Amino acid sequence: MIDIKDLCKQFGKFQVLRHIDLSFEAGQCTAMIGPNACGKTTLIKCVLGMVIPTSGQILFKGKDIAGQFDYRHQLGYMPQKGRYPDNMSIGQVIDMMKDIRNTNAPFDEQLIYDFKLQDILHKKMRTLSGGTIQKVSAALAFMFNPDVLILDEPTAGLDPLSADILKEKILAENKNGKLVIITSHLLSELDDLVSHIVLMQDGAIRFSMPVDVLKNETKTHSLSKAITHVLKHDLVQ
Amino acid sequence: MIYTLLLAILAWSVFTLEADSNKGVLTLLNIVLLTTPLVSIIFTTIYLYNSAEFIELLLSQPAGRKKIWNGLFFGLFFSLAISFLVGAGIPIALFAAPKIAIILIVMGCLITAVFVALGFLCAILARDKARGIGISILIWLFFSLLFDGLVLFLMFQFSDYPIEKAMIGVSAMNPIDLARIFIILQLDVSAMLGYTGAIFKDFFGNTTGAMVGFLILCLWVIVPYWISLRRFVRKDL
Repeated sequence: MIDIKDLCKQFGKFQVLRHIDLSFEAGQCTAMIGPNACGKTTLIKCVLGMVIPTSGQILFKGKDIAGQFDYRHQLGYMPQKGRYPDNMSIGQVIDMMKDIRNTNAPFDEQLIYDFKLQDILHKKMRTLSGGTIQKVSAALAFMFNPDVLILDEPTAGLDPLSADILKEKILAENKNGKLVIITSHLLSELDDLVSHIVLMQDGAIRFSMPVDVLKNETKTHSLSKAITHVLKHDLVQ
Repeated sequence: MIYTLLLAILAWSVFTLEADSNKGVLTLLNIVLLTTPLVSIIFTTIYLYNSAEFIELLLSQPAGRKKIWNGLFFGLFFSLAISFLVGAGIPIALFAAPKIAIILIVMGCLITAVFVALGFLCAILARDKARGIGISILIWLFFSLLFDGLVLFLMFQFSDYPIEKAMIGVSAMNPIDLARIFIILQLDVSAMLGYTGAIFKDFFGNTTGAMVGFLILCLWVIVPYWISLRRFVRKDL
């Protein structure tokens, strides 16, 4: 569904992404992990069209996304730190998003009810706690039934109960055939969720493989143990 | 809102205190040409910096960058233009002769557009909010005060040479001066400007000259805006 070919991004003298070759298929739930500043968020922003790559290509369902914005109808994005206009209420932000998307398809508002956002629709964004803003971001990402969900540190900042609600939702949508891409540092949280894993370091892909294969190769049962094993022994696919 | 009120107070007081409507127009002209550019450029710059996060949010949605930037421009221009029309336009229409009123109102709106465009340029060129606002204030200072000082200085230096044609070219480089010339010509006080005034009347008084001047003012809107648009379309967020 998403093909990244030889993607490079340079900010001034600093090479953030180096020759990234990666593919994502429908129905996958891929975790992108790696140390801070390894380029995960930049890569995601390139897919979203928010960062313009220096060279290389990104194909969405076979079509080049450069200069396009229509493909984003099929993307749902939950940013790491959601930023919304201060003096808009939650309800207004949701309505505005519905206006921008301008679609007649039915909305998936399950997360609004699961997170109990319907009771605080009138609250202004500037009065919300960080976790509540994350809930709004999550609800917006899933609302338009996109084929691809890109979640940047989705459970960071959520209380355990809400994190669980979100994980259930991710699992359910993934079973529906959606592609889910998650960046996270919390390997333990991802364990039951993800089917594929991509490790990035210094702007390059260190490995990209299904989780089962990784667990077999490292002879471990949990994702976090598998990753630590790889990093410790510096194994590269 | 305050801008509208300020303009309204100034305009109404000028016209009610000044019996001769022509003199009133002249005073108002100078007030308008001083405040309108200032408010337009600074308000635009501040608004764009404050909306940076909101703009980022919009960009992750299926909306084209051009459309977003254009939407912001027209939104800002119309709200500032309406403030001008309500604040200063109404008293002008009531007190000044129709021909003068029209030109004053049109020039006021054009100058608003020019400085909104310049505000867009400042906001996109400077990453830092403080620097961007500083630059916008400098631009205003340059065009409203420094430029004319420089021109006077040059006039004295080269007073022995036939510089009249050059004066026309030089005045085209300052949108505020262009607007001022248009309005003064209508007021028939161009005798005040002396020989240079006669040259201006000669050039801008007739239709071709007026069209050229008008075109240059439009260019003052289009060129800075277009540069800012090109930068925005390629900007990384």
